Amino acid sequence: MGYKKKTIILAVIAAVIALIYIFYDLSGNIGYILPRRITGVTAMVLTGSAIGFATTVFMTITNNRILTPNILGLDSLYLLLQTFIIFAFGSQSLVMMSSNINYFLSVGIMVLFSLLLYRFLFKGENNNIYFLLLIGMILGTFFGSFTDFMQVLIDPNEFMVAQDRMFASINNVNKNLVYLSLGLMIVVTLYFIQFYKYLDVLALGKDQAINLGVPYDYVVKRLLVIVAILISIATALVGPITFLGLLVVNVAYEFLKTYRHFYLIMGSVLISIIALMGGQFVVEELFAFQTTISVIINFVGGIYFIYLLLKENKSW
Amino acid sequence: MVDLKRVLKSYNHKNVINDVSVSVEKGTITSFIGPNGAGKSTLISMISRLIAKDDGDISIDGKDITKQKNNDMAKKISILKQSNNVNLRLTIRELVSFGRFPYSQGRLNKEDWAKVDEAIDYMELRDMQDKYLDELSGGQRQRAHIAMVIAQDTEYILLDEPLNNLDMRHSVQIMKTLRRLVDDLGKTILIVIHDINFASCYSDQIVALKDGEVVKQGPTCDVIDKCVLREIYDMDIDIKHVNNQRICVYFA
Repeated sequence: MGYKKKTIILAVIAAVIALIYIFYDLSGNIGYILPRRITGVTAMVLTGSAIGFATTVFMTITNNRILTPNILGLDSLYLLLQTFIIFAFGSQSLVMMSSNINYFLSVGIMVLFSLLLYRFLFKGENNNIYFLLLIGMILGTFFGSFTDFMQVLIDPNEFMVAQDRMFASINNVNKNLVYLSLGLMIVVTLYFIQFYKYLDVLALGKDQAINLGVPYDYVVKRLLVIVAILISIATALVGPITFLGLLVVNVAYEFLKTYRHFYLIMGSVLISIIALMGGQFVVEELFAFQTTISVIINFVGGIYFIYLLLKENKSW
Repeated sequence: MVDLKRVLKSYNHKNVINDVSVSVEKGTITSFIGPNGAGKSTLISMISRLIAKDDGDISIDGKDITKQKNNDMAKKISILKQSNNVNLRLTIRELVSFGRFPYSQGRLNKEDWAKVDEAIDYMELRDMQDKYLDELSGGQRQRAHIAMVIAQDTEYILLDEPLNNLDMRHSVQIMKTLRRLVDDLGKTILIVIHDINFASCYSDQIVALKDGEVVKQGPTCDVIDKCVLREIYDMDIDIKHVNNQRICVYFA
């Protein structure tokens, strides 16, 4: 079975799961439930796409299949920001209560942070991408420790609110923000199109890319900005969600067995969407919200991934 | 013509390339020889834009390489580095087709595929063109990479130790192919090489480097000389004439 066929199959599965999620056990106040479920599905499609897309691009830039944008420290920054607001202004403050303000603040700060990080690191000749990752990782750890520190100090009731933010949640996304994110993502994708042709070549490594005429520094910097914006949108919308990336992109690589980025990105996006919707469905219907979606996805996805590795019995 | 004028590269205030001026004629094989750490690879990397120079001028056919468009340069000059760890699942044919990227930007037309076929035939890879790179031996993989460079169809080809990890048969095969590229197709080849006998037998010009400086450059017969080699390698190397070729005996 070729990778084109497999991509189509993934698309069909995603569509079927979306329909099941929307129409399963549809009773009671349909006028209330239906729009809510559609918003939920849209949110999951958006976050799934953002994560699958950003992680595939990131792994290609770094030429490394175990590095995810997680390492840039955006997740930790998001948690630090949320905790800091609760710590400084309390959970009843306007920023905490209004999802709009919170969203803009989160996206703004995360994007600003990444831009500053890139600017600082790409100044002069020091263009080593692994140095960027090292700094991102250290800052991420720093943010994490600082978050812990503040969480220890705040009132236990306030801590409950903070803890709530630590897990990705699709249940309470704001409809307006979903459509706003959709708009942002379309803009970012349109901007990305001009760089798309370089991805296959970038995957050959820096030297080959330069040899084949890719304006390497220019392209990589812009792709990193795109990655940061996508991750920021997804995180601000549903919470820390980058854990998904490592799994879905690797599953896409193993499943599709191609180097063509069009299919790899489509595959990662579709697998993310399937994982999110499937996981959310199981969380809602089977576990009645007793567990979180990250647990389900990591459990099922991890088992599948190990199965793929054992079957292949290769580094690939 | 490749022209380097007073080129300088330093890492942490240590000059790894110091005031190097070299000029390479069109239609020749020029070998860069010298002990480890002489700066051969650094020099080749600078000519091919992989790393930036700190000072001096590098020009190809009279044009400064830093002032050219990346894509135009990729049609003029190509480089093959010594480590080619491609961790993609590619077949030989797919790898070779990447060589057409500067012309096609990933959308290969008939002409591009014809060039790919030509390159595959040139390296005699036709019957294994659909094999994956990770199924190949070192020699086959090296040939696949050279086929990609041939598909890129540049006037200038730079190779950084292409004979690394290859046995004699494959090494000779590759050197002969390079010779044909120069003699038949008029390419200009710059090559970093460790085995001075390969340099002696197959190149037109030799540039000898030591500690980031040019010790000697000129026709092969001038550089493969007892005094010159002693200066480069700090050891006495006997030179024997075998079948009109200068063979260095360094197993003293």
